[in-house]
Amino acid sequence: MTRTLQYLRQNKLPHIWCPGCGNGIVMSSLIRAIDASGIDAGKTVVVSGIGCSSRAPGYMNFDTLHTAHGRAIPFATGIKMANPELNVIVITGDGDCSAIGGNHLIHGCRRNIDLTVVLINNNIYGMTSGQYSPLTPTGAWATTAQYGNIDSPFDIPRLTAAAGATYVARASVYHVAQLSKYIETGIRHKGFSMIEAVSSCPTYFGRKNKRGDAADMMLWLKDHCKMLKPGDAANYLAGIAEYDADYVLGEFVNREAPEYTESYQTVIEKAGGAKA
Amino acid sequence: MAEKKAVLLQGNEACVQGAIRAGMRFYGGYPITPSSEVAEQSSILLPQVGGKFIQMEDEIASIASVIGASLAGKKAMTASSGPGISLKQELVGYAAMAEVPIVIVYIMRMGPSTGLPTSPAAGDVMQARWGAHGDHSIIAVCPTSVKEMYELTIKAFNLAEQYRTPVYLITDEVIAHMREGVVIEDEYEIVDRKRPTEAPSPDYLPYRCTDESGVPPMAAYGDGYRFHVTGLSHGESGFPTNSPAINEALIRRICSKIEDHADEICFNETFFTEDAEQLFVAYGSCARLSLYVVKQLREAGIKAGLFVPKVLWPFPANALKAVVTDKVKNVIVPEMNLGQYALEVERVLGGKCPVSRISKVSGELFKTEEVYDQAMEVIGK
Repeated sequence: MTRTLQYLRQNKLPHIWCPGCGNGIVMSSLIRAIDASGIDAGKTVVVSGIGCSSRAPGYMNFDTLHTAHGRAIPFATGIKMANPELNVIVITGDGDCSAIGGNHLIHGCRRNIDLTVVLINNNIYGMTSGQYSPLTPTGAWATTAQYGNIDSPFDIPRLTAAAGATYVARASVYHVAQLSKYIETGIRHKGFSMIEAVSSCPTYFGRKNKRGDAADMMLWLKDHCKMLKPGDAANYLAGIAEYDADYVLGEFVNREAPEYTESYQTVIEKAGGAKA
Repeated sequence: MAEKKAVLLQGNEACVQGAIRAGMRFYGGYPITPSSEVAEQSSILLPQVGGKFIQMEDEIASIASVIGASLAGKKAMTASSGPGISLKQELVGYAAMAEVPIVIVYIMRMGPSTGLPTSPAAGDVMQARWGAHGDHSIIAVCPTSVKEMYELTIKAFNLAEQYRTPVYLITDEVIAHMREGVVIEDEYEIVDRKRPTEAPSPDYLPYRCTDESGVPPMAAYGDGYRFHVTGLSHGESGFPTNSPAINEALIRRICSKIEDHADEICFNETFFTEDAEQLFVAYGSCARLSLYVVKQLREAGIKAGLFVPKVLWPFPANALKAVVTDKVKNVIVPEMNLGQYALEVERVLGGKCPVSRISKVSGELFKTEEVYDQAMEVIGK
């Protein structure tokens, strides 16, 4: 605990998040993952978009960038391209990443640029007080879906695996050891890593969807998440695996493929710019 | 000394060569007519100098990547035209607010909307000034020739670096696609951003001005300063605040660091202004044909002159006032729009003399006789 405190800007605490919010759990999981991965904190940039989750970098003692709504991945892409020595980590939310930033998400995956994206999925736009996002379950209540949400949510592992991400995992804020481990694996992985952290927003999702308080929502995660069976990732991604669960947790993709900034180095060599 | 050889270049090609001369090492782009050659040339030339080119998935992503690259310490550029610049506006404001030096090449085509994609216009000079929401200032440099596409791109980078601000290199399709012989000079002044002089420490204040310029020194990500950047209102620490006093000071500073230095930023060219009674104000390709018309008017015995601003924003108010002497009876502004810059000329002159617009929005360049005839109507009044 005391060792990981060095990664926090302690004079910026307390944070702005509501009591029971999952964002702090994900941020501390990320910090433990950074510590465990052994990367150089002075060469690490944490980038976010806009929303509750995107306030996390302000509390983290690295080079940090709070960008515009949806745009964390392209800002991060510019940073990584400009200086591939930097470890670039993106913290984003379900609305930020899969709605307004959805195009950037799939293209980041497709390029397989070495970014670690931690998507905090609390099923709702929390900062703007409870509108439905592309990860809000069908039938759920939201301030803009007061008759029940008719949209179908994205499944982030399926979406990002199909788009070309080379590390894809999902954990929840109840399953913190696993969450930290997946983030650490994502940081160590060379290529585009997506770690979805299924989280809870007691204030704007739980209360109105009769999920109870923060503790009840934790228990909900315990009961409604199931682990991916060994060897079943391909079936899950193909949509042919049967799970009696709201969320399947585990590592869905972990493969090697050419990383974008390394591929660009071959462009430089072909152009004769390697000595420049 | 042997005379230097001219090279035949297209405007957009010259722009990229100038950018690389200025130190550009990152380009994030998206295809759009009539600026696509800027991306194409960057994709060829940047890796030759160890720089990076990336074609992003959309216009917004391209300017986002450019801001990211600049924060990582590289001189970075993007280019687009009206529809694309409309999409980029939120992040132009971000770069102004977070004080990130970037260059945005803005090749104007006929609008609004998709308009006439291959036709020249100047209908976006106000979008360049006011496109992003919120009070901010902006620098917009405007070349009138292929050589200036080279040289003013260097200037645009220098201004971006000096003032820590987004800078437009704005001109119309004619200048961008024209080919001219260009003599590249041996020496050009290159400006790099001020870096912090103190060692990294937890007390580092990334937005603290260390001199009267109003421009804070800028560290790069990875330098060890561990600083925070946000588009939220922020104080010297870079962290968000709701303090009215800090917000007031910030917005005034990001504007005044440019507006208070307008006389240093602006430069212009004048022709026959000493005794001019009929003063043309023109920029971009209109400046070229206006010079032809002014010479014709001189031949006809009319004391015509021409003022060509090479920086449209901040508006060169003092330089313009200096050439609008008591002798000037008319100011004539030919523009490929319905009079956007003329409005600003009128405002600055404050009724000192009549300002007449010569407008064209057909997507065609003026014919010189059109401008001549319409100018004669104004002069004859």
